[in-house]
Amino acid sequence: MSTLASARAELLRLRKWPAVWVTLGAWMALTALFGYLFNYLSVRTGDTTFSNDGASTDFLLSEILPANAPHVLIQGMPMFGGALMLVLGAIVAGNGYGWGTWKTVLTQGPSRPSVVLGSIGALTVFVIGVVVASLALCFGLSLLVAASESQTVVWPAATEIAKSLGAGLLVVEMWALIGYLLGTLARGPALSVGLGLVWALVVENLLRGVGELLGPVEAFTKVLPGTGGGSLVGAIIGTGGPDDTPGVLDVLGGGPATVVVLAYLALTPLLAGWLVTRRDVA
Amino acid sequence: MNRNHDDHDNVVETHELTKRYGDRLAADRVSMTVRRGEVYGFLGPNGAGKTTTLRMILGLVGPTSGTAQVLGGPAGTAEATARIGALIEGPGFYPYLSGRDNLRVMTRYRGLPESAADEALARVDLADRGGDRFKSYSLGMKQRLGVASALMGDPDVIVLDEPTNGLDPAGMQDMRRLIVELARGGQTVLLSSHLLDEVQEICDRVGVINNGVLLRESTVAELRGAASLAVRGEPMDRTLAVAMAVAGDDGVRVDGERLLVDLAPDRAPDLVRELVAADVRVHEVSTTERTLEEVFFEMTRNELEAVR
Repeated sequence: MSTLASARAELLRLRKWPAVWVTLGAWMALTALFGYLFNYLSVRTGDTTFSNDGASTDFLLSEILPANAPHVLIQGMPMFGGALMLVLGAIVAGNGYGWGTWKTVLTQGPSRPSVVLGSIGALTVFVIGVVVASLALCFGLSLLVAASESQTVVWPAATEIAKSLGAGLLVVEMWALIGYLLGTLARGPALSVGLGLVWALVVENLLRGVGELLGPVEAFTKVLPGTGGGSLVGAIIGTGGPDDTPGVLDVLGGGPATVVVLAYLALTPLLAGWLVTRRDVA
Repeated sequence: MNRNHDDHDNVVETHELTKRYGDRLAADRVSMTVRRGEVYGFLGPNGAGKTTTLRMILGLVGPTSGTAQVLGGPAGTAEATARIGALIEGPGFYPYLSGRDNLRVMTRYRGLPESAADEALARVDLADRGGDRFKSYSLGMKQRLGVASALMGDPDVIVLDEPTNGLDPAGMQDMRRLIVELARGGQTVLLSSHLLDEVQEICDRVGVINNGVLLRESTVAELRGAASLAVRGEPMDRTLAVAMAVAGDDGVRVDGERLLVDLAPDRAPDLVRELVAADVRVHEVSTTERTLEEVFFEMTRNELEAVR
């Protein structure tokens, strides 16, 4: 009961927080720009960019039609979507320490585990919302493309949509929860966002590069969140094409990748809850 | 008022409550008792250990050793915390939300109807500014919002840590009046302050803490002691002799050009008669009481000398 009350309270304050909408809006804008606008400009002009160099015009057009919308939805999630959700999770958990709001919340009566669960529940609602909104955006933009290029609209199979939605949700929720854990650990947003982004965007890639040379490091890289998320998306949309998206990998198969992502989804809230339950709140 | 009375007359009890941060003892075996319906003043200078002790009572900080009980149950449990309203070491609210929305968030955490937010805003005279963002509030308004949050749901115990910080004189007076009203309504108020006149004015009992040690706990009247007489007469030596004859050798202290005589005010006519009979020119006989400030500094000075 108090978990539900905590989630309702968190939903109210997150709904009215501009930073949340800016972060989610940034993801939608990136999806529109890199998923559709740049490819569409390439189709119209015949020029290519760094992200689709070598791809034919017909191929590029097929990428931005409705049939491919589920793939466009998730192609940026392992790296850029994940990074933005990490930021979201980190500010949701971390800012409360600097503002002293966790202190205020914890003197209202709910237990600490229920506060953490409620907060993570509210965060999850926003993550689900942005994934669903992104899918709607992808369909909307791809329909516009089809109309403007006089293409027949072919809808993707329901199973394709479901697979992409599910995988996308798992990947971005994993990063959001990692951000939440980092924000809790660091008791603030700045350090957690900084370290998290450096890890997600740089360190993991470097480690995978080193891992190709060193066996033990390679084994370690296979259980990293970026590897899990990237491989899960890679198992659905494939890799090795002319328009490969950064962060989409084929290191693990779909099954093992799902296990890695699920492990992070299970462990991060447990760790965050354990920390909040044990520590002093000043 | 929907107060949940039970058998516990002591609503807050700590036993040997201790908090250590590295080598520093922030609270050193603090045993205090707050009784139902009283305004308890927790008095001490900055850094004395007041806030640390209150945090332990609220369950925000775990004690190194010792125990704290609130309303008969262990401090920090959801059951105990739900019956306390607290403003602890400054108000902590979401800067991007209005004062009203901040309180609405807290009503959801408390499981209260959202109308409780407007009622609380009205009690601290913030209803007109409730729609403004918290970050635009003055320090005094932020403080009042913190108190409003503590009052929501009419909790049994209200813990206020330096509630008049940042308030202007009129705001301080309003806040003191509000605290007295809360106690009259049956709520228990645990008030931490370093403002001695504030504590003297509104508290029934006080606990004096310094360097983490609870030096004394008693009523304000007991702490200040009995009233005495201030006497100024000429010649001084004859005045002293007469005063000592009336009040006893230990009952007279020299305080600059006057004597402080440990006699109840109703003995003043007897003393004056003896002084006149001894041909003393009496310039002044007045009743004097030690302020809490004088008592406090005396206690902390004694503590310092004991350490030396």
